[in-house]
Amino acid sequence: VGAAADTVLICIVLTSFLLLGSSRIGSCIRVAALQGVLLGFLTLASSADLSLRGPILALASTGLKGVAFPWLLARALRDADVRREVEPFVGYNLSLLIGTATLAASLWLAARLPRPNPDVSSLVVPVALFTTLVGLFLIVSRRKALMQVLGYLVLENGIYAFGVGLVEGTPMLVELGVLLDLLVAVFVMGIAVFHINREFDHIDTGQMTALKDWTR
Amino acid sequence: MILVLLLVPTVGGVAAFFLRPAGPRRAILIVAALAHALLTGATWSVAPSAALGGWLGLDALGRIFLTITSLLFVAAALYAVGYLRREGHGERKDFAEGFLFDNAPEATFTGCLLLFLAAMTLVSVSQSFGLLWVAVEATTLASAPLIYFHRHHRSLEATWKYLLICSVGIALALLGNFFLAVAAGDHSATSVRLVLPDLVARAGDLRVVWLRAAVILFLVGYGTKMGLAPLHTWLPDAHSEAPSVVSALLSGALLNCAFLGIIRVQQVCAAAGQAAFGQELLVVFGLLSMAVAAVFIPGQSDYKRMLAYSSVEHMGILTLGIGLGAAGAFGGLLHTVNHALTKAMLFLVAGNILTAYRSKSVDDVRGVIRVLPASGILWVAGLFAITGSPPFGCFLSEFTILKAALDQGRAGVAIAYLTFLAVVFVGMATTMLGMAQGRPAEQPTGSARESLLGVVPAAALAAVALLLGVYVPPGLRSAIDEAVRVLG
Repeated sequence: VGAAADTVLICIVLTSFLLLGSSRIGSCIRVAALQGVLLGFLTLASSADLSLRGPILALASTGLKGVAFPWLLARALRDADVRREVEPFVGYNLSLLIGTATLAASLWLAARLPRPNPDVSSLVVPVALFTTLVGLFLIVSRRKALMQVLGYLVLENGIYAFGVGLVEGTPMLVELGVLLDLLVAVFVMGIAVFHINREFDHIDTGQMTALKDWTR
Repeated sequence: MILVLLLVPTVGGVAAFFLRPAGPRRAILIVAALAHALLTGATWSVAPSAALGGWLGLDALGRIFLTITSLLFVAAALYAVGYLRREGHGERKDFAEGFLFDNAPEATFTGCLLLFLAAMTLVSVSQSFGLLWVAVEATTLASAPLIYFHRHHRSLEATWKYLLICSVGIALALLGNFFLAVAAGDHSATSVRLVLPDLVARAGDLRVVWLRAAVILFLVGYGTKMGLAPLHTWLPDAHSEAPSVVSALLSGALLNCAFLGIIRVQQVCAAAGQAAFGQELLVVFGLLSMAVAAVFIPGQSDYKRMLAYSSVEHMGILTLGIGLGAAGAFGGLLHTVNHALTKAMLFLVAGNILTAYRSKSVDDVRGVIRVLPASGILWVAGLFAITGSPPFGCFLSEFTILKAALDQGRAGVAIAYLTFLAVVFVGMATTMLGMAQGRPAEQPTGSARESLLGVVPAAALAAVALLLGVYVPPGLRSAIDEAVRVLG
């Protein structure tokens, strides 16, 4: 069980790097979908007992993170009909470099925290922290609204990995509530992206500058 | 009873989405608001029993916050009916830039308003940290369409910032939840429930490092939603672009909901013997927020933005109060009530001014007292109330916090606190008195008649804020005392 979980965790790290280096929004969405499916596997691999809870959660998270969200985002991308480049504020090479530094920082930070549970793979904490930080970085370094939604999803993926990897027995009601909130969030953000596209003829948030202090 | 409290706005909200004629829909809004307020009032005499296996429950703290929310919602619902009558569907001209835009369908607006109330009710009655998180995120999602009521590019920009910054902030609070679960992780127990009474009872066994990390994540996460600096940047934009009635609810009720999350964490912290750690953080965040507000309020050219920054300031005061021990916490909780009432009232009045003058710029508004007598008087009264002048309630609570700081011998904190309050007072007084006095340069372009539904809710809130300055009801006092006791 431990080896399977480790393999999945390493794959999650790789998908995060792919996201940092991809230049097309379409391929970013596909990679995020892959990451969602991997999280489903992680849920299965970490559920120790043979209760129904693990499979149900795995199914729900795979369905949402691996299928529903990418589909919603891909539809928004098609409707927006924008140029498909990511157009980052921070270049791809620098992004990858920052990703590597982030990975090192996550490993260092995780080593300083006391081991939460001896049964759990020691990779869970650093990988979860790394994915969370990559999500944050994607949000601040990409100017397309769609990529920011994607960054938010990656951030949530990291937090979710932490949850399923470490916290056994979080009540299922809460987990499902979190997933439901996420679904609505992506839905609302998708609508917002649609409106941004209609209003501005682009989804470039770098040009949203009407609201500020000191207008005089 | 708790379930009924949750069901009333939820059912009303869903019904409002699908109801075509405007009359019954507005009736639903009012009826649901009143029913919710009546039920909330009843919880003061009959303590409701816990529901869902202890996940939902109403303690003294939750009751205070629920009551604020419910009271403000009644005022907001009445005001909204008048507002929706004026601001119906159809193309209209933007008064700042002159383009044409449409409003969101009224059904969506009313439905989201009621679902927003349901989400805030859930925040107040959650005893489980997981459920609390779900509820706080739900408030964000229910209120985002409210900010995007006027469908144009500025409100869209505000909505996008609000959605993204708050969602990311709250995501960090989710990580805080998991950290807390790890801190509480007991190898023998099969499930971690994260229910408040359980956590408090076993607080001694919590792992300190994980607990501290969780506290920081919660503070940053819920702090974002609460509008604590430096993560307050969504707040002025959202408050200035949303319809005034929504701004009133955001400032008066929503920010408090996030604050409740922070108090709950501090509650666990105190039970685990880590009260001092949490308090230090709260003092720093509180003073920083006040400082940011003191920089941005003087000379602010948009009066709704000015009110928004004033909310940042007052959130700082609340946080500081909780960080100053029991006496400060009493002041902080009392100030929560006072600020909510006063700020909601000010936003409602700002809505009246906006309707009459058709401009959010301070320079365009002169002579409010002449043009809109009732709103003008409330505007000036609101200025003195929000800046903490006697005899209004804010004076009492701000003074209590000052006294707590001095009693602890923290002269530096007290001096900084007084300085920021003074700067904000001068800044707001210059702006708001300038608006109230003088002669309007020309006859205001909008409708100059004051409507009953525009004035009465604001006046009622002002009256309660004034009353709380001279007389704190014993029921409220004992509820706050009870809440302070658990904060250690």
